[in-house]
Amino acid sequence: MEGFLNQLPIGLSIGAVLLLIALGLTFTFGQMGVINMAHGEFIMAGAYTAYLLQGWTGRAAVLVALPVAFVVAGALGLILERLAIRHFYGRPLDTLLLTWGVSLVLQQLARDLFGAPNVQVQAPEWLQGGPGIMPYSRMFILALAIGSVVAVWAYLNRTGQGRRMQAVMQNRRLAATSGIDTGRVDMRTFFIGSGLAGVAGVALTLIGPVGPALGTYYIVDAFLVVVAGGLGQLRGAVIAAAALGLLNSFAEFWTDASLAKVIVFVAIVGFLQFRPQGLFVLKSRALT
Amino acid sequence: MTLTTERPVAKTPPATWRTRLQGPAVFATVAVLALVVAPLLLEPFRLGLLAKYLVYAIVALGIGLAWGQGGMLVLGQGVFFGLGGYAMGMHLKLVEAQGDLPDFMVWSGVEQLPALWEPFANPVFALAMVVLAPMALATALGALVFRQRVRGAYFAILTQALAAAFVILLIGQQGLTGGTNGLTNFFELFGQDLALDETQRVLYIVVAVVLGLLYLGARQLVNSRFGRLLVAVRDGEDRVRFLGYNPATVKTVTFAISAGMAGLAGALFVPVVGIISPALLGVVPSLELVVAVAVGGRFALAGAVLGAVVMGYAKTTFSEQFAGGWLYLQGALFILVMTLAPRGIAGLLRRRRKETR
Repeated sequence: MEGFLNQLPIGLSIGAVLLLIALGLTFTFGQMGVINMAHGEFIMAGAYTAYLLQGWTGRAAVLVALPVAFVVAGALGLILERLAIRHFYGRPLDTLLLTWGVSLVLQQLARDLFGAPNVQVQAPEWLQGGPGIMPYSRMFILALAIGSVVAVWAYLNRTGQGRRMQAVMQNRRLAATSGIDTGRVDMRTFFIGSGLAGVAGVALTLIGPVGPALGTYYIVDAFLVVVAGGLGQLRGAVIAAAALGLLNSFAEFWTDASLAKVIVFVAIVGFLQFRPQGLFVLKSRALT
Repeated sequence: MTLTTERPVAKTPPATWRTRLQGPAVFATVAVLALVVAPLLLEPFRLGLLAKYLVYAIVALGIGLAWGQGGMLVLGQGVFFGLGGYAMGMHLKLVEAQGDLPDFMVWSGVEQLPALWEPFANPVFALAMVVLAPMALATALGALVFRQRVRGAYFAILTQALAAAFVILLIGQQGLTGGTNGLTNFFELFGQDLALDETQRVLYIVVAVVLGLLYLGARQLVNSRFGRLLVAVRDGEDRVRFLGYNPATVKTVTFAISAGMAGLAGALFVPVVGIISPALLGVVPSLELVVAVAVGGRFALAGAVLGAVVMGYAKTTFSEQFAGGWLYLQGALFILVMTLAPRGIAGLLRRRRKETR
């Protein structure tokens, strides 16, 4: 029974990380139809930011690393969007392959800069230990994800920028006709989405080591969250991420690690039989 | 969400006797080069490498069919390649063990032959499974997914997740699959010594002939009514549905055919290269082949084949000289191709031919 309960915090914190990653993906995918395979490398960039900062900032390392990683990953995303992706709008499958090329380059860059072996980020003392089965570090990740969701929700619904973003997501042409500068909105979406991946990277340093291929372990699962949750849907992403994280860790507990992924995959294909467009669907009259 | 803005326009040039003979002439030249000149000129090591590229070209042909013609971006062909490869590998292992347990099972402490392995001792069963297992999996997945109108990027992501899960499963089931090492140490195929140059040369010819036949078959398919329907599904799935066809069936059949090709390629890969392991099948190798098809030109079947051979050659050459540099080069090449020439080499050639005419 104890082993069973142990899976709960693991599943929830993995779900929280997946959520942070999927938030960015679901909005870039939903709004621009871009499948960003380089998103995983923004996670990696965030994690290495935390690694570089830990020597300088002492006890508050994680707290400093979060905003810095957000900006670093966000800036990378912005550069990618401006230089390459904006030429590919409306061709989702091509962006997938293009950004995969970018991700190859970024991974190799990290390997040359930081070396191929994994590095370890020391969690600050106040995050070590914790009551019973729930270590402070995992509580922190959970709080971070909840905080980010609230922030994104508030941005989307309580600011003018956020409302414009929703407008572009629902109908790009109509939004443009109404005087919204869709190019600027796209840039902001990309910045915020990529920044959240950087935050996820910092969170991952609390769970395990950091390596050049860090992003590749999470990107596929994060995309599954987007597929299951529905495009551009905050609620969908939250529920799907939690479900996927928990399903994954419990499946690993009940069977073994190698079968867990297969079970998750079968579960998703099964789920799509009932909800082919994910949990929540953006209502639209477009025929696609 | 608008899905495809870019639609290759099918402008058939007027069929003069010259244009009509051009295709067969090129095909015949390539066939002579591949079947007669290459085995005579290349040393055994290089010929083996060429055989490997041609094996990958078979997978690429399937990708070209599914993605280029059918618009289904398949990011998990490694799974089907693996199913074919493991079916072949299991058979070879069992023949070699001659009733005993295969070597790796002894090492990982398995005492009795798993029930899954038993039928693979029969060569007919093994060879049938090479094609049937991938096709069955693809049919099941395709039927479930396409019926619900899951398509485009969603489908691509699902196939990628399948590849990820498949590799983890293979690595985890050490006693059944040989884990990370996969299946290796093959010595003979149907009684022939695999180490002999002569066997490898015959294998090369077999690979080349299989590729040629599959290419002709795929061409025939594309030019048939079914092929027209497939392209129509790619360009306007809803319109095809309104006309009374079922796009799900068309897509499932095509996906299954491309999976069967990948399975066959996997089976040929095993005797040619001498190993089948999870590292050859995961997300990255599957994507690399899609990249190769994109570089060669996805809208032309010949482009897919060409891309696989060119990229295979480039990979060997460049990673021999500077290991890390290859990844930069591959990434950069890919970004360039997608930006400047989304139709790949075949598209560039076709454009030039039009200009010079």
